[in-house]
Amino acid sequence: MNTDDLIKAMAADLPNRPTPPGRALGQAVLVSVPIALGLFLYALKVRPDIAAALQSVRFDFKLASMGLLALTGLWLANRLSRPGTPARPAVIALMLVLAALLVAVGIEMMVIPSAYWMPRLVGTMSMTCLTTIPVMAAGPLAAMLFAMRQGAPTNTTAAGAAAGLVAGGIGAFFYAPACINDSPLYIAVWYLLGIAAVVVAGALAGRFALKW
Amino acid sequence: MSEREQEWGAQMRAALGGDEAAYRAVLQSFSVFLRSEVRRGFARYGRGSADVEDVVQETLLAIHLKRETWRTDEPIGPWVRAIARNKVIDSLRRGGKRINVPIDDVIDTLPAAEPEEHLTERDAQEVLSKLNGRQREIVQSISMNGASIRETAAKFDISEGAVRVALHRGLATLSKIYRNQEL
Repeated sequence: MNTDDLIKAMAADLPNRPTPPGRALGQAVLVSVPIALGLFLYALKVRPDIAAALQSVRFDFKLASMGLLALTGLWLANRLSRPGTPARPAVIALMLVLAALLVAVGIEMMVIPSAYWMPRLVGTMSMTCLTTIPVMAAGPLAAMLFAMRQGAPTNTTAAGAAAGLVAGGIGAFFYAPACINDSPLYIAVWYLLGIAAVVVAGALAGRFALKW
Repeated sequence: MSEREQEWGAQMRAALGGDEAAYRAVLQSFSVFLRSEVRRGFARYGRGSADVEDVVQETLLAIHLKRETWRTDEPIGPWVRAIARNKVIDSLRRGGKRINVPIDDVIDTLPAAEPEEHLTERDAQEVLSKLNGRQREIVQSISMNGASIRETAAKFDISEGAVRVALHRGLATLSKIYRNQEL
């Protein structure tokens, strides 16, 4: 078969349109959210003081930062799925979210006495947090990686990591209402470590799953 | 953006809107561009030009199967070049054992021209032969024999939908074969 013949075959296949990567990623989020929410409703309990928590700046910031991590991850995953599209704007957005978290840590350290730093950092159930986030994120990670197979990432490791960031962010977001630790000190360490585990898993899986 | 890239963009937009003639034209134009890109990439790493057409076909298949990763409001040049670079690097990595000899050491001993058409025919045939029976027949009917979907459906006495599915799967399988083969 020479190249002209191949072109004939491809032209005949034109009406069979693949799913654009952006839409596939959107569908993966629509699958991931019910998975994480279902796991939360089934296996976790809303913290007893949720009404008060929703009024507190720390809890709201915790939810917002996890949501923003998932969203910037989604933007990054979308850009990394398309060859020739620089990832930089999404990387900058991600850096800004992480910087906001650092600023929150700084503010926390200014407003609470230093004697409370360690107790806030250690929290009450850091191991639960560290294991629950990856468990909540496992289903979403599979969905995200599957969706990203519609894309054409030139860097499969980075693309897998971005899928992990979305999944980890979603997992953390739906774990957050069950967790009574709201201090940015705690979030910056334990939540980010839990998400980082999912990012690493995504990066490793991406190397194999996202070849095209 | 160069004139050529503007033309590519216009043709590709028309193609994604369903214009088959525009699609054939833009794929033709891509193949000319890719041939020189792949050749240059191979030369830089001292790789002969025997497999060039294989990588051109592999890249065209990637462009086809991943055409929705190009957004019509973005320049098309960087997209095509990124796909080409990715495929050339993949191919060089697969053939890694063969690129130890610098081109300067052998350039005088290389034949001036290669019977490339023949090589191309033979290599691509081999790839096609790895498809399963029905997929191979259908891809062959539409590509090498130049039959339409309808003619092919009549010839094999199956529905046009079944031809479309087999054609699409066949092209996806070809892409996978190219990706996994040792060139």
